[in-house]
Amino acid sequence: METVKEKKTGSKTKKTIKISGAEAIIHCLLAEGVDLIYGYPGGAIMPVYDELYKFQDKLTHILTRHEQGATHAAQGYARVSGKVGVALATSGPGATNLVTGLADAQIDSTPMVCITGQVPRHLLGTDAFQETDIVGISTPVTKWNYQVTRAEEIPEILAKAFYIARSGRPGPVLVDITKDAQFQEFDFSYEACVGVRSYNPFPKIDTAKVEAAAALINSAKKPLIVFGQGVILGEAEAQLKALIEKAGIPSAWTILGVAALNSDHPLNVGMVGMHGNYAPNVLTNECDVLIAIGMRFDDRVTGNLDSYAKQAKIIHFDIDPAEINKNVQTDVAVLGNAKDSLEALLPFIKENEHKAWHTVFKEMYQVEFDTVIEKDIRPTKERLTMGEVIEQVNLASKNSAVIVSDVGQHQMIACRYAKFNQTKSNITSGGLGTMGFALPAAIGAKMGAMDREVVAIIGDGGYQMTIQELGVIFQHKVPVKIIVLNNDHLGMVRQWQELFFEKRYASTVMVNPDFVKIAEGYHIKSKRVSERSELKSTIEEMLASKEPYFLEVKVEQEDNVFPMIPSGASVSDVRLK
Amino acid sequence: MKNNWYTISVYSENNVGLLNRISGIFLKRHINIEALNVSKSEINSVSKFTIVVHTTEQWVINIVGQIEKQIEVIKAFYHNDDDIIYQESALFKIKSDLLFDEREIQNIIKENNSQIVTVARDFFVLSKSGKREEINKMHEQLEPYGIMQFVRSGRIAVSKAEMRISSLLEEFQHN
Repeated sequence: METVKEKKTGSKTKKTIKISGAEAIIHCLLAEGVDLIYGYPGGAIMPVYDELYKFQDKLTHILTRHEQGATHAAQGYARVSGKVGVALATSGPGATNLVTGLADAQIDSTPMVCITGQVPRHLLGTDAFQETDIVGISTPVTKWNYQVTRAEEIPEILAKAFYIARSGRPGPVLVDITKDAQFQEFDFSYEACVGVRSYNPFPKIDTAKVEAAAALINSAKKPLIVFGQGVILGEAEAQLKALIEKAGIPSAWTILGVAALNSDHPLNVGMVGMHGNYAPNVLTNECDVLIAIGMRFDDRVTGNLDSYAKQAKIIHFDIDPAEINKNVQTDVAVLGNAKDSLEALLPFIKENEHKAWHTVFKEMYQVEFDTVIEKDIRPTKERLTMGEVIEQVNLASKNSAVIVSDVGQHQMIACRYAKFNQTKSNITSGGLGTMGFALPAAIGAKMGAMDREVVAIIGDGGYQMTIQELGVIFQHKVPVKIIVLNNDHLGMVRQWQELFFEKRYASTVMVNPDFVKIAEGYHIKSKRVSERSELKSTIEEMLASKEPYFLEVKVEQEDNVFPMIPSGASVSDVRLK
Repeated sequence: MKNNWYTISVYSENNVGLLNRISGIFLKRHINIEALNVSKSEINSVSKFTIVVHTTEQWVINIVGQIEKQIEVIKAFYHNDDDIIYQESALFKIKSDLLFDEREIQNIIKENNSQIVTVARDFFVLSKSGKREEINKMHEQLEPYGIMQFVRSGRIAVSKAEMRISSLLEEFQHN
């Protein structure tokens, strides 16, 4: 029985209940608005699972087939919903299996809280069964982490964990809780965290900087905007659109920023970076003012920094002070949340059109269309291309699907050709490049947006890294649509071997199993397509299905993704073939 | 860009694991920490890390940003040697006989403004605070006589400029 009593803290009196640390964890999650978590049980976290059993009407736990799957599912959930994803694991191998997901969430700024069980306090440091120093291991890949050894720390630490995960530049937090602390009873009460004294997630917008940025933008003759995920995380989509339209600025995106602006917006000039569009890459080195919004000048975006936009004045809007001047020296840096910064900027912006400058983009798009895009999305050769599959998904979904892609050629093709008409729609592992991300992330994405169509686009390599998560799709009847673009190769590595290693195809040929039979083994409706004539109708059938659906598309084995900026080259040296 | 000596001061909460988090930032960039000292600071309950590195100014700027980004770090600064007053401290353990038998030892102690910390039957201990070169000089002078043990602390430093940590903490709390 829970006994309610009053606890005095300073002048305030709080209602407390006497409960175990494990039960307190559940109450904290509920207080933070969590109703869905992913995880995998084991010895050191069993008291928490015992409480989950009692609270299953309020808090759904999804048993992934591997702890890595739990992290990617939590990430997918967070990325579509904007909420904090939660993953739970036991100590030792359970905890170490979270590391890839933590690193992925850290580099892609995804809000996530991972809770791990730990051996009892008296066994810490003794090499006990399933003991591992997960706080030490996860330090470089978490925004914050902490080890709880007393039950009474739980409410404050979990409140802090959620606050840190979601505020400022979001990121993953790990809280490691010893098993004895889970059993220990204490007087529980919960207060949400409203601040941490050493942490300032809300930098004040500097009006002088905003005005300086506006002056540069207003005087620009050839401005270019490059926006990233910061726009989505800061919920600044409307402000971005207003800025673009008012100032008439061609706008390009990073792969994590893509869905912040509708694909068919006339000022959307496509993707920057290694496999981005021709015009924005080349014109990065011709613009006079480059306005970066919520992006971090990743090397896959900039190519060789010594020849990146050297002619341009650079304006950088970002919430993270450590990103300013990290890779690219800026002329004006505005620190702050993208929404507040752009709102402050808009009144200073003069209306403009930059028509001649747009024409340059359009002409270069035409060059890319003729040499690359048309062959990708409307091929005439016999074998299917990855691009035409994406194009059929666009048509069948009317650009409204959430696209979850894995890592490799199919990812670049998906990001290049998928069309979006709403935000939070492109879920992919951008910074870390984690193969195996898509299948579990798609599960999380679907659960985070049940009213939306979620299509996972995965290569035959990455699919087999987390294929066991089909078990979750089967058990919970998660109606995700899975497309494996099968070229029987690790395509991107093969492409590099072809271009830069004289076609020495070391370990990139895959002898694959019968993927359709595997899906059937999980009782998931499945089909294989290798003929163009069947593609459109099968994708329509897949999207019309109310149930999970697996589609394997056999595509050309040795296609390459172009355009391409070879590693170490300048953005303006982007190759069309 | 040319490598230089930089002293980084980090004001932080005093929490388990923070040292690991901060040293990881250097590890990630393959930079060696040349000296490290952790102590209390002028503000109650706030710790101060003093870290010496040899790197480029661009990197030290980036590193300071990445240190400051850590949740429990309040503020980090980097300084050139000209911006700070700094010292290290060293202890020398020497055989007792030498103190009495070798006149020169007494001169070395005087000349270097060194102090005798303790004298035991078998050994005595000298301390010396100062710049690295001064400690090195004393080490060189004593070496021919035999040093039983030697240890030198990390650099400690105070800046010539104001640090404003208290007002920063107040600002954070009012945000």
